[in-house]
Formats: sequence, structure tokens, C-alpha cells
Amino acid sequence: MTRLVYGLVALLAVAAVGLGGYGMTGGAGALRLPWVLPLGGLELTLDPLGGLFLALIGFAAIPASIYAIGEADARRGHFAYAVFVTSMCMVPLAANMMTFLIAWELMSLASYFLVLHDRRSKESIEAAWIYAVMTHAGLACLLGGMLLIGADVGSSRFADWRTATQALAPATRGAAFVLLALGFAGKAGVVPLHVWLPLAHPAAPSHVSALMSGVMIKLGIYGLLRVSLDWLGIGPPWWGATLLIAGAVSSLIGVLYALVEHDLKRLLAFHSIENIGIILLGIGSAVLYRAAGLEALAVLGLIAALYHTINHAMFKALLFLGAGAVVHATGTRNMEAMGGLIKRMPWTAACFLVGSAAIAALPPLNGFVSEWLTFLALFQNMRLEAIGQNLVFTLGIASLALTGGLAMACFVKAFGITFLALPRSDAAAHAHEASRPIRVAMVTLATACVALGVGPTLVVPAFGSIASAVLGTAPEAIGGDWLTVRVSGQFASLSTAAIAVVLGAMFVAPLAALRLGGASRRTRAYERWGCGRIVQTSRLEYTATAFSNPFKRVFDFFYRPTKRLDIEFHPESRFFVERIEYENPTRSIFDDWLYRPLLRLLHSGARAAGALQSGSANQYLAYILVALLLMLVLA
Amino acid sequence: MLAVLQIVIVGAGAPLLVGALRTFKARLVGRRGPSPWQPYSDLRKLLAKEVVVSTTTSWVFRATPYALVATLLTAALIVPVVTARPPLAFAGNIILLVYLFMLGTFFLALAGLDAGSAFGGMGSSREVAVAALAEPTVVIAVFALALRADTIDLGRIVERFGGEPWLAANPAHLLAFAAMFIVMLAETGRLPVDNPATHLELTMIHEAMVLEYSGRYLALVEWASAMKLFVFMTLLANLFVPWGLTEPGGPMPVFIGILALAVKLAVLTTAVALLETAVAKLRLFRVPELLAGSFALAFLSLMAVFVVR
Repeated sequence: MTRLVYGLVALLAVAAVGLGGYGMTGGAGALRLPWVLPLGGLELTLDPLGGLFLALIGFAAIPASIYAIGEADARRGHFAYAVFVTSMCMVPLAANMMTFLIAWELMSLASYFLVLHDRRSKESIEAAWIYAVMTHAGLACLLGGMLLIGADVGSSRFADWRTATQALAPATRGAAFVLLALGFAGKAGVVPLHVWLPLAHPAAPSHVSALMSGVMIKLGIYGLLRVSLDWLGIGPPWWGATLLIAGAVSSLIGVLYALVEHDLKRLLAFHSIENIGIILLGIGSAVLYRAAGLEALAVLGLIAALYHTINHAMFKALLFLGAGAVVHATGTRNMEAMGGLIKRMPWTAACFLVGSAAIAALPPLNGFVSEWLTFLALFQNMRLEAIGQNLVFTLGIASLALTGGLAMACFVKAFGITFLALPRSDAAAHAHEASRPIRVAMVTLATACVALGVGPTLVVPAFGSIASAVLGTAPEAIGGDWLTVRVSGQFASLSTAAIAVVLGAMFVAPLAALRLGGASRRTRAYERWGCGRIVQTSRLEYTATAFSNPFKRVFDFFYRPTKRLDIEFHPESRFFVERIEYENPTRSIFDDWLYRPLLRLLHSGARAAGALQSGSANQYLAYILVALLLMLVLA
Repeated sequence: MLAVLQIVIVGAGAPLLVGALRTFKARLVGRRGPSPWQPYSDLRKLLAKEVVVSTTTSWVFRATPYALVATLLTAALIVPVVTARPPLAFAGNIILLVYLFMLGTFFLALAGLDAGSAFGGMGSSREVAVAALAEPTVVIAVFALALRADTIDLGRIVERFGGEPWLAANPAHLLAFAAMFIVMLAETGRLPVDNPATHLELTMIHEAMVLEYSGRYLALVEWASAMKLFVFMTLLANLFVPWGLTEPGGPMPVFIGILALAVKLAVLTTAVALLETAVAKLRLFRVPELLAGSFALAFLSLMAVFVVR
């Protein structure tokens, strides 16, 4: 029964890929059933941007469903999973407010139940609770923003908004932008609305984490794209600047938290925040260029954002499935208890390595191509004649560069500590390779990462046509031939296919040269060098904590680490230590400086309002009277 | 043709550069020092030796030396070495170069962790920290250059600046050069960031990471380190002092290019040797301050471009 459900979801996903692909290539379609829902009815339309996201959802849901078939952990929650995937497919198709909000809320509710997968664990109950609060705060913002536009335009259909919003008062438009952007940014996990994400994603089973991180938060991006480039027309520069700064901050803060995180799945969740930030850099630049009338560059920025959206879905789904296989094999999410898994799980390790290199933006994989495009979009701010905007772009460039370096460092840690060296626990020493469907799912995604990396000449024109459909211009920013992508004429060019071929040749050449040149081929396997120590165990290995310590010290103004050292000496002599406990946790500035004060304020506000509730019926009647009088006076 | 020539120049010239640097440093402190050709003998000797591979390691450890060499040989085709048109110019530019170096660092750092000794892990952790913190400087400095040249294609930047007479007096240019010079020292493991001469010191970075390598693997890693220095110095020399580089056409421009490169590298090597003799190694946790300083220089360079625009 469960397998049947997952199989059906996989079929639905295949259909979504087909329909999405049809929409991307310019196919259009509409479905209108007024009697299904009040206020406008169910209305679905297919356009290029929606098609892209629909195809993305489908493409990530296929391997996730295959994984779920092979995963014992997925016995429960198959109904919520089916609702989750179906409602996600509805979101990019929704053509009016009611359809959109219902699909959106169904998606949130289904994922809430999936986060609450382990109902006995206190941790996942808390995660689900925070997720529910944050997602509904976001829904309230969305509802407010949509009602604001809907009331002013006099229609709840998105198609009407497109034509009418340009004429709205700037204040209304600005308020609607802020409300909608807040709602969507919360779903996308943009800092500082990210707090739910590192809690909720690891709590869900791995195939759901892969979808939540790979696809669901992308629907937040979808919403942001619609708001900043489509529904509300051409916005003023501060929209773009806000998005760009939010992107810079998110990318940096996401990767900084990931660096000191040793829970494998939570580390990946923090990287989702980082990658959302990188996507926002592209969107922000597109909005800014569009406001300045530089349509070609706006297309470039949007292409970069869309490309990174797809790429992130691929490698993040891959990494989450790999992490799921590891967690299943070792029974822990703590990296400090792993190690040496490359020998026990060669397939998982190889796929995870591809994913790590892709997310660290190493050439010639897909993450590199989209970050390269983002860099290029940001670099060309020289064509803007506004020093303030130039500075915002420079901030974006610097943070993207630092993010790239830190992400590389973080995935050296994630892969190196998890898969290399000696096992750090018994469970890791007896780990087993993932089952066949799981391996198939991972290899599929790894192949997609490589293909999207070496084939930008095929992918970029497709995104170009989607971007120009959204922006209503022709893509002149990007040209080239079958081998090379060329940006803005002579500005820059890239050919990852050529790079891949050359790298491969240069890998083989020294190998062959050493063989032919008569270099010694004698190899001896022996212990590693241990400073003369005779017994070597995994306890001598470098740990994840130690690995990230330089970063903790360099960025201590951000992490504000607290140190606790607890040593218990032998009662006879202080020279013998019985037990050492060392803790070096970091403190979240968002919890301390934003959410706690906010909650305190909310609590005291609630207490103050509680005074109204005296329990006396007479008093309540008086309230009604006062309210009635007030309304009469105001009306 | 040019591709083969560039690979030969970088591949064969790199050990000489390192040897010359060592000889010159030895002379500066009053020692006779080894011959500049010593690194070639070292490499030959290492290639003839047996390899000892730790039993804890995996295929990552054995593939890394080749991957590292591959990234640097590819980089050698992207940088303008003797002409303004590197053979792989169409395939990438300075951003690709930066990320190719990162690819090499990524694998080397993984190999450092693979043996499972504390030394390797320590070296890896420090190496990636330095590499990550150096990246923003490179990108911002390059942005400052691109802003003035209206391209980030390395060959075109060289051509554009080759025709500018007052280049050396341009504040943006000088500041970007200073920033990139500091990054070069950090990325190639020179003083004051790392000490390339020590092997058994807890302050070391690069040498700790490659501690487990021996025989032909060590030869490849050492060769790759030398090539990284060569490529970085060539980049610095040709990007900021683009004289002597022209479009390829016949043997004459190539000859002039080689000559110009030799002169420029000699000057840069002298500068590095003098600097390495004069300064002591920084404490590890002072290195971020140095890199932050280089970032500030790059940022000032960028501001200079924006202001004089």
C-alpha cells in the first residue's frame, strides 16, 4: 500500500516534468473550475516560469519517491507525502489568489505533519511547532499583501494584476511588496526569517528533507520572482537593493552557521539558507537593472537566479539523500561519530563527493556555472551610474566570493569527517551500503549535477527564453555557440565542457607520463605517521569541532562562542584525569537579539490584553456596545 | 602549439622559480645555499622512490596528486603567459582560475584528512581557512580591473592595459596590485602566512597537510605547489605589468614574451625573497588580519575606480 502511494507520486512527478517541460518551451494551457472554490474558483494556468518550477518539483520528486520506496523509515507519512507533492505542483500553476493560497497552505500543513514524523521526540515536536508558527506568520503576510492588491485592483486574478498594478499608488504598491516579500522570504528561509529551517528540515525523513530543501523553499523563490518581477510590474530600485542585501546577508550567515554545525542534516539545511541567498543576489540584480532600464542585464541576472535554483535543487536533494543513507547506516546524525564510510559505502561516498564539489561551486560542475553567471550579473553594475547601487552590488560580490570559499571549507569538513579516515564509532565501522533504489536515486541526481555543469550551452538559452518571457524582452545578454557561453559581447566567456575535457586530459597525462617515463611504481601499505606513537586509534583523528575552530576564532564576533571545560581529577592525584568534558557552543544572535525580545513583547502584550477578559458578562456587553457605537461613528 | 609551449614553460619553469627563490634567500642571509636547479634533482629522486601509503587512506588520497596537477596544468592554459591570447581564453577567465585553485585545495584538504592523523587534519583546516578568507580579495581586486577594462577576459585586460602609458601611476592599479600580492603570498604558502621551509613545526599549514605523501605522489604535490607559485606570479606580472605581451603571430612575439616574462618573474622573485628574509611568520590567528588588510586594499582600489570614473 505505502509502496503503491509512493509509486503513484513518482508517476505524478513524471507527469509534472512533462507538463512543466511543455510550459517551459512556450506551451500554454488553462483550467478553470469556478464551482470548486469560493472567491474566483479553481483556476490553473501554465506559463514558462510556472512550467520551470513545476518541472523542477517533478524532477526532484522522482528520485525522492524512489528513495522512499527503498526506505523503511518511510512506512508512515505516505498520505501526507502525497498531499505535499500534489499541493507543491499546484502552487506554480495557480492563477488566482484563492487557488494559490489554498495550495500554499496545503503544502505547509502537509509538510508540518511530515516534520512531526517522529512524534515521540521532543526535538521534532519543537521543530514542528516553530515551523507552524513561522509558516503561518508568513501566510498572514501573504494574505494581507494579496488582499491589499486585490482590493485596489478589484480582481483576484494574477493576470489582471499584471496590467493594473503599475497604476497603483506607490505607497500601496510598496506596502504590498513588503508584505508579500516577507511572506515568501519566510518560506524561502531568508535571514532573519530562517529560524525554522535548520530545525524542521533535519526532523523530517530524508526524502522529505530533500524535497523541502530542494524544492519547497524554491517556491518561496518562485513567489519572490512573481512579486518583484511579474505581479507588481517594474519596481523602484529599493526593491532590488533590499533583495540583494538580503541575499548577501543570507548567503554569508547561512554558510557561517553551517561551518560550525556537526549535525550532518542540519549542516545541509544551513547551506540551503546560503544558496537561497545566492539566488536572491541574482534576483536582486535583475530587479535593480530592470529599474534602471538595462533589460539585457536584468535577463542575465534572472538567468543566473533560475540556473542556481535548479542547480541547488539537484545537488541539495542529492546531498540530503546521501546524508539520509549515512544516517540510516550509522544511526546518528552527528558527524563526530562517523568516519571511514568511503570504504563501507563507496556509492554513497562517490555521489556525496559529487554533490559536495557541486555545492562548493567547483568547476566543471553545475554550482560553478550558476555562481559564475551570478558573478557576471553583479560585476556589470559598472553600467549603472548610481554610486549607492554600485556599493550594494559590491557588497553582493564580496559576500558571494567569501561564501564560495567558506562553502568549500565546509564541504571539506562534511565529506572529510564523514567519509574519510578511520570510523569514529562502532556503528560507523559496521555501516552498510544503501539499498539499490536509494543508489539509483543518488546516481540520477549526481548525473544531473554533472550534466547541468558541462552543458550550460544547452541550458542557458532555455532559461533565457523563460527570463525574457517574464521580463518581456529578448535575451541579448547571452550568446555563444555549442561550446561557449558568451556574456555581454566581449565581457566574458565560459566553456565548462572544454574545461572538463582539458581537466580530464591533464589528469591522465601525468599518469601516463610517469608510467612511460619509468618512475618507480613500488607502493607499500603501512601505518600513517603518528609521531612515534605505537597504538593509533580513531581518537587521534582530527574532529569536526577542531576543523572548524579557526573559523570560530576568526568570526568570534558573530558566533560569540561560550566555553565550558569540566575536568574531574583522580581523587589520589591531580596528575591523573578521570574525565574531561569540553563544550564550545555558539549562540545565535537572532535568537538573542530578535526573537527572544519579540516573544517577550508578545507575552507582555498578551498579559496586558488579558485584563480585558474579566469573566463578567456585563462588561462583555459593554464592550459590544462600545464597539457598535465606534463603528457607527466611523461609518 | 601555444598550448604546448605554455604548459612546458609553466611545468618546466616552476621548479627553477622555486629553486632560484631558495638560492636567493640563502644568499641574502649569508649562506651559499643549493643550486637553483636543486628542485629538479629532488623531483627526480622522489620519482625513483617507493611510495608508502597509509592503510587508512582511500582512493581520494591516491587520486589527489593527479587531480591537483590537472587543475594547475589547466590553469596554465588560462593565464596569459607569453602572449595576450592564452589558448583556453574562450573557456574561462579569472573567476574560473580562482575556482580551479579552489578545486585543487579542496582535494588536497580532503587528502590531508584521509590519512586520519591529527597533523593532516590540522593542515587541511588551516589551509581551507586561509583559502576561503583570501577569496574576496581576489574577486574584488579583479572587479576593480574589470571595471576599467570593461571585460574580465584576462587576455583582453592585458591588451587594454598594454596601451595605457600612465598605468604605473594609477592609484587603483597599485592598490589592486598590493592586494593581489598579499593574496599570492597566502595562497602559495609563503611567509608571513606559512613557512615553506619547515616540516616539523606546529605552525605549519601546507606542509602539514601533505605530510603523508611520499615518492611519486610527493613529487607531484611539490611540482604542483611550484606551478601554483609560477602561475600566480605570472598572473600578477602580466596582469599588472602587461608590457611585452602581444597577440600571437610568428615566433618573434613569443620570444619577446618569454624574455619579458623572465625579467618580470626575476623582479617578483627578488621582491618575495627580500620580503621573506625581512619578515617573520605571523601567528596563525593574525593571518586573518593580514587578509582583511588585503581586502581593504582591494576595496580602496575599487573605490578609486568609482571615484575617478
